[in-house]
Formats: sequence, C-alpha cells, structure tokens
Amino acid sequence: MTLTTITGSERISRAFGRARAEGRMAIAIYLTVGFPDRATTPALLRAALDGGADLIELGVPFSDPMADGTTIQRAGEAALRGGVRLEDCVADGASLVSERDATVLLMGYLNPFLRFGPERLAAECVRSGIAGVIVPDLPAEESGELDTVLVPADVARIDLYAPTTPDERLARLLPAARGFVYCVSLTGVTGARAGLSDDVRPFVQRVRGHTTLPVAVGFGIGRPEHVRALRGIADGVIVGSAAIDAVAQGGERALRDLVRSLREAGAA
Amino acid sequence: MKGRFGVFGGQYVPETLMPAVIELEAAFDEAWSDAAFRDELDRLLRTYVGRPTPLTDARRLAAAVGLRRVLLKREDLTHTGAHKINSALGQALLAKRMGKRRVIAETGAGQHGVATATACALLGIECVVYMGTLDMERQRPNVFRMRLLGAEVRAVDAGSRTLKDAVNEAIRDWVTNVRGTYYLLGSAIGMHPYPTIVRELQSVIGREARAQAVDLLGRLPDVVTACVGGGSNAIGTFAAFLDDRGVALRGVEAGGAGLETGRHAASITGGTVGVLHGTKTYVLQDDAGQIRETHSVSAGLDYPGVGPEHAALHDSGRVTYVARTDAEALEGFGLLCRTEGIIPALEPAHAIADLPFVAREHGHDVDVVVCLSGRGDKDLDTVMRSA
Repeated sequence: MTLTTITGSERISRAFGRARAEGRMAIAIYLTVGFPDRATTPALLRAALDGGADLIELGVPFSDPMADGTTIQRAGEAALRGGVRLEDCVADGASLVSERDATVLLMGYLNPFLRFGPERLAAECVRSGIAGVIVPDLPAEESGELDTVLVPADVARIDLYAPTTPDERLARLLPAARGFVYCVSLTGVTGARAGLSDDVRPFVQRVRGHTTLPVAVGFGIGRPEHVRALRGIADGVIVGSAAIDAVAQGGERALRDLVRSLREAGAA
Repeated sequence: MKGRFGVFGGQYVPETLMPAVIELEAAFDEAWSDAAFRDELDRLLRTYVGRPTPLTDARRLAAAVGLRRVLLKREDLTHTGAHKINSALGQALLAKRMGKRRVIAETGAGQHGVATATACALLGIECVVYMGTLDMERQRPNVFRMRLLGAEVRAVDAGSRTLKDAVNEAIRDWVTNVRGTYYLLGSAIGMHPYPTIVRELQSVIGREARAQAVDLLGRLPDVVTACVGGGSNAIGTFAAFLDDRGVALRGVEAGGAGLETGRHAASITGGTVGVLHGTKTYVLQDDAGQIRETHSVSAGLDYPGVGPEHAALHDSGRVTYVARTDAEALEGFGLLCRTEGIIPALEPAHAIADLPFVAREHGHDVDVVVCLSGRGDKDLDTVMRSA
C-alpha cells in the first residue's frame, strides 16, 4: 500500500489547506463508531463526507466518558452494547482512507488506547492512514507514553486547549502542537448548545498568539449560526453531538444535510 | 515525578481542569504548611468530630478469631459515624480558604456525602452530592441525612448507577463550573493532588492509632489492617506505620461473590493496570480497556479502581492485599456485633472477617490493629435482607 507516503500532520494540513483555498472553514465531524449500530457506521461516515466534511473524527466508545455530555454518553453506551472495539474503529478508518482518501482521526479516552497498546496503536494508524489521535483525558503533562511512539510514526496527537488554559501554559505547550489546535469553546462537557460561549473569541485570539497551525473550535458547536459567528475567528469547527442527534433523528440524509448546511455557513 | 507513586498516579484529566488541579496543589501545600490552618482543623477535629477516637481492646473478638490482641481504631465513633469526616472537614476548610462558594462531591455508601454535607453546613458552603441511583436505593437513610443537612443530592442513572458513575458526573460538573467550585473527592483516588490530600487528612487515624497501640502494648503492633475500596481509611491508617518495617500491613478488598465469579470489587487482587478517573492504578477492566461493573455487598467498597499509592504499595510488597467475600463480610459483621457489642459498617466488616486469616498466616501470638472505619446503622437494611 502507498498510503503512508503522506504523514498524519501533512494529511491534516492538506485538509485545512483545501478549505482555506476555497475560502471557507474546515468542517470536522465526530461520530461514535457503533452508533446507532455497528453495521450503519460506514454508511454514516460516507454520508458525512458526501455532505462536505473535511475531517472525520471516529469516536472510540468508552465506559466512563467524563468529558462528554448526554448525547455522546448514550451513543457510546449503545456502541458498547453492540460490542464495538478499537479494532472496529481502526477498520472503519482504514476503509474511509482507502476509498475516499479521507482525513481521519481517532478520538477516545486513554484507557482503551493503553489496553490496545501504544505501539500497536501507532502501527495501526500508519498502516491504515489514520492521521491522528485525540485523547480528551490526556493533558500535555501525561502525553509522553503515547508521544514516544506516535511522534516517530508521524501520527499527530492533537492537544485540546480550554478557555481556562492560562497564557503562560499556551506559550509553553503550543510550540509542540502538530496538525491543528483543538480549542474547546467553553468550560464544560460536549453537547449541543443553543448559543455560542462568550469565551470563544478572546480565547481563540489568545491561542493564535502562540501558533501558526490551523485552529478549530469544538464542544457545543452544532448550528450554522455558530459556524457563521466563528468565520474569521477560527479555521474550522468540530461538530459531534449535533451530528449524532441528526443521525438519531434522520439517519444518513439528516446527517448529510446538517454537514452541508454547516459547510455553507462556513463559506465566505 | 510530581504526583506519582512509582508508575502510578498522575493527572489524566481534560485540559479544562489542568489549571484547577495545579491551583489546588499549590493551595493545599500552602494551607498544610500554615500553622493557623492546621490549628483550626485540629480544633474542629477535637471539638466537633470527637477526636482522638479510642482504640478499643477487643478481647472477646480476639479470642473468637484466635489472636492475642485485637485493637479496634474506632472511627465509627466520629461525628457522622465514619472516617470520611476527617477528609471532608479538612477539604471544606481548604475550599473556604480558596474562596470557593460551592462544593461538589460524589458518594457511594453515602458516608462521604453525609460528611461533606455536614462540613458544608458547618462552614456555610453550598453543597451538591452526586450519587448513583442503585446506591440511593441501598443507602436511603443517608440520602435523607444529606438533604436534612442542606445538601442537594443529584441522582446519577448512568452506567452501573454506583460510585464510579457518581464520580463521572461530579467530574462533569467540575469541568463545567470549575472556576467557582471545589470538588471534594472522597477517597484517596483520582487525579493528583487528591490521593495526597486525602492521605494527609486521613493520616490522623494512623498517628493516633500508633501512639495508642504503643501506649497499650508497650510496643508496636505486629499487624495493622484496614478495608480497601478507594482506600482512604487504609492509607490514613498505614501512613504512620510505613517506616515501621516490623509491622505487617494488610489491606482487605471486597471479594463480592468471589474473585473467580468476576462479580467483585477487588481492584488489586483481581484487576490490572489502567487509567480511571484521572489516575493510573489497578482497575477492573475487560480486554478492550472498558471499565467493568463491580459488585460488593458494601456500597462503600463498590468501585472498580483503587488509590494509586495502594497500587504502588502492592507492587513494592510493603502492604499485602487480600479479598474477603460478601458472605465472609456478613459473618464478620455478626461476629463483631455479638462479641463486642459494636455494629460495624459492612466496609470494615471485611477487615473483621479477615482476622482468622491473619491468625492463620501470622500465628496466634500477634497483636493486630484494625481500622474500624465506620458504624453499621446505614447497613441494617442490607444485613436484614441477606439474613
């Protein structure tokens, strides 16, 4: 296979670069693998790409998702009842990369990755063309165990930053960031919200002061008006709970429509 | 490394909480080295909690289990009836010192929730306690107590509906309200600095017990035992004896229906290394790294992880960890009632049930200190149902 000729960071940078060249924000869609069931996930992922998603985050279900609100908790419980494992997530990611040359990241809590084995994780990402890994319960201080194997494999481990992160911490940690910078829009867990947090604009501006990487905003982002409000502030948005809600309500079609509306809202 | 016990411990938390745990560590270190803070805590422990608690020479129990002496460290006699108040009061004082107006906590058996609600009532702080719905059913009197004390009890109806899920929900609340809220964690578990804060606040148990035992025996005891769920009463008891190499330390986990059945809560004797609730430690998990549902007759031990310092003490061999089943704990419960006129909580009943095994391994001519971490009023329904 020739998938590995492009590194994870390059793949992510290419995805954001294309969106920028088209004068629009990049759209990243998070879906829990195995929701509503194992068999449906591949079609849903393709529907997200058909709607215009630039990046796909494959949600790896975990029994104790402490950074997630009700929507992703419930989706994860359904996936675990269906017996979904990290191996399944990697397999879905591999198909998406080989069929569509998609930019795919794994997002999940640390324990299943540790149990799988960091070295095996790195090898599987390289083999499948998975560009990166996002671990919400792994702050920079604890990332050594994964970075030791992911960095040499050119698999990007994406750090999250929050409005509570002080400037000195941003200044210290952001130089080591790769791929893109994931800004958590609010102090809170994932989940669809009506309005956009007031914290976002000043927070993203603080982050920009310390990095030239693309900046994407996630948590609580789910409506076209959120995306419009972030135009000129962020390079991309990450939408999870709203995508899962769409799947629950109207399956592939509702998901495709949501992604399309988000993408249009992000175009200048 | 900071916040580590060998390879265990750490701060595996969302970035949103990192500034808060860094602030907490600094605030605790500063308070703990401030004589005025220590004096205020000591005064409350003396005049409000009822410390020092006695060390009871349990002669009829000793005879029944075949040991020379059994000395019970009577945490059941504290205000609110369990050791949890030692840490809850200390942390509530810290919260107030940090200017936090709102305290959140999780609870399993309800003892930590009651202790937290009590400390918050005393200090005039808003209090929210998360509790699994299964635990609310089996510990109804404690739910009522917390509400009487002015706390809001929020039901958690997710996952196994026990302590683990209450911790998840408390962490979610903290992530959301981190700027003005103090998370008053109940055991020596979770992300640094909690295992250290809780150990320091509970170490009063061991300091008192060691001095009282030496006073009574004229020398150190041979064995010191305590039950281990998250492990706060045990680490508080062991802390004073860690350097006494001649004293054998023994932690008793909840064996549930038996380790071989998989239905238990014995993280060290029946688990593997993983990361749960912000710390690397022994956890009960499946081969995909999903945390398993646990079982114990005692809600306070019904947790799929254990404090990281215990994990390190197990690996170093300094402490021996064993498990006793539900049935054994119920026998221990009855035995202490009949021989000493003391109704223990089901948690330390595991340590009582382990005493005949101590005699088998260490011989009959030994003196044993047992941390009797709480009283059994809350468990009467459970015991009656299983009779």
